[in-house]
Amino acid sequence: MTDKNLKLEIITPEKIVFSNPVDHVKAPGYNGYFGVKPEHIPFLTVIKTGNIKAEMGKENKCFAVCGGFVQVTGNTMLILAEAAEDAASIDLERAQRARDRAMKRLQEKAENTDIPRAKAALLRALNRLEVAKM
Amino acid sequence: MATLREIKRRIASVKSTMQITKAMKMVAAAKLRKAQTRLMSTRPYSRQLTDVLGNVAKKSHRDLHPMMKNRAPHKVCYVLLTADKGFCGSFNANLIRYAKKELNSSPAEKKYLVTIGKKGYEHFKRNDFPLYAHYIEIFNNLEFTHAQRIAAELMKAFENGTFDRVYIIYNRFKNAVQQETQVEQFLPVQQTATEEKSKPISFLYEPNPQVILDKLIPMSLNFQMWRILLESAASEFGARMTAMETASDNAQEMIKELTLYYNKARQAAITKELNEIVSGAEALKG
Repeated sequence: MTDKNLKLEIITPEKIVFSNPVDHVKAPGYNGYFGVKPEHIPFLTVIKTGNIKAEMGKENKCFAVCGGFVQVTGNTMLILAEAAEDAASIDLERAQRARDRAMKRLQEKAENTDIPRAKAALLRALNRLEVAKM
Repeated sequence: MATLREIKRRIASVKSTMQITKAMKMVAAAKLRKAQTRLMSTRPYSRQLTDVLGNVAKKSHRDLHPMMKNRAPHKVCYVLLTADKGFCGSFNANLIRYAKKELNSSPAEKKYLVTIGKKGYEHFKRNDFPLYAHYIEIFNNLEFTHAQRIAAELMKAFENGTFDRVYIIYNRFKNAVQQETQVEQFLPVQQTATEEKSKPISFLYEPNPQVILDKLIPMSLNFQMWRILLESAASEFGARMTAMETASDNAQEMIKELTLYYNKARQAAITKELNEIVSGAEALKG
């Protein structure tokens, strides 16, 4: 174990969601989940909708993210996401409503429904629910 | 000459108007502060995004992304951002005038207009100007998803060739009392010269720079739209604050004048009454 920490920064257009040193991060990359520890080589990838888990000592933190990038340089891991939420602050009711709305849209298959968009919305809502229950 | 009661009533009415404009000014100031913080909080994201974009752009091949295709500008789209509400001085009027000037002077064969905000929409609707799309009442509860939706719509139209160029006309927020109406190119994406200041880090790309760039560009466009929406919102509150401040000052001035007028009238009435009494007494003595 190195005594160095990895600085994790999660930034969305609206705010800085998280910026603290951590020991280990797991994130949903282009080819599936990957882990980052301190002293990782420079790395750049796309992230998908999913959850980010950060470990620091005995504490764990979990975030729901959708769409964005990860850039690892030296000992900083930068996550630029279009949306990211701390698991503790997810509004369960809102997520459920979003899920139901997306499902309804997919089932009705109205002419002007943007299917990929509805699917993406459903995925995001399900992801938020899943993360919130973790 | 107006009667004393009329003047008094007038003063009361101006006073109550002043109370309203003062309250509106306070509300605008509070909202402006909020909008400004929101605008500020986009800074870290903006800085990092430019950073990542620079890193990737250097690596990817010169294969043009669909959003970068520079076609001859035959079909041009203008996106006009106005406020949803009035009471903000010449904010909306300036924007509409600017947009009309741009539309008239543009040499493009086909011109489209998209409005964001109710005031612009109402104006062009009244004048039977065809609108490609409009978005109203989003400033009440501005969220990043609004920016995503609008940007997605514009990107789609650009990609399928409906538009060759997309410009955005909006008020840039300089400070609380100054806004600058300006036009900004949204599509195609202009390549920014990447300055070589530090030694480029050799990244491990997954899967490859091209795929990452393809995802990065829509993201940065969403973000640009978001920034513009916030700038416009902040400008609107700034303009409203200034307008309401001026209105309150004017009301104050008016009250001062009316009070002076009222006092003069009162004095004249008293003098007249005295005159009558004195002359009546004189007559009795007579």
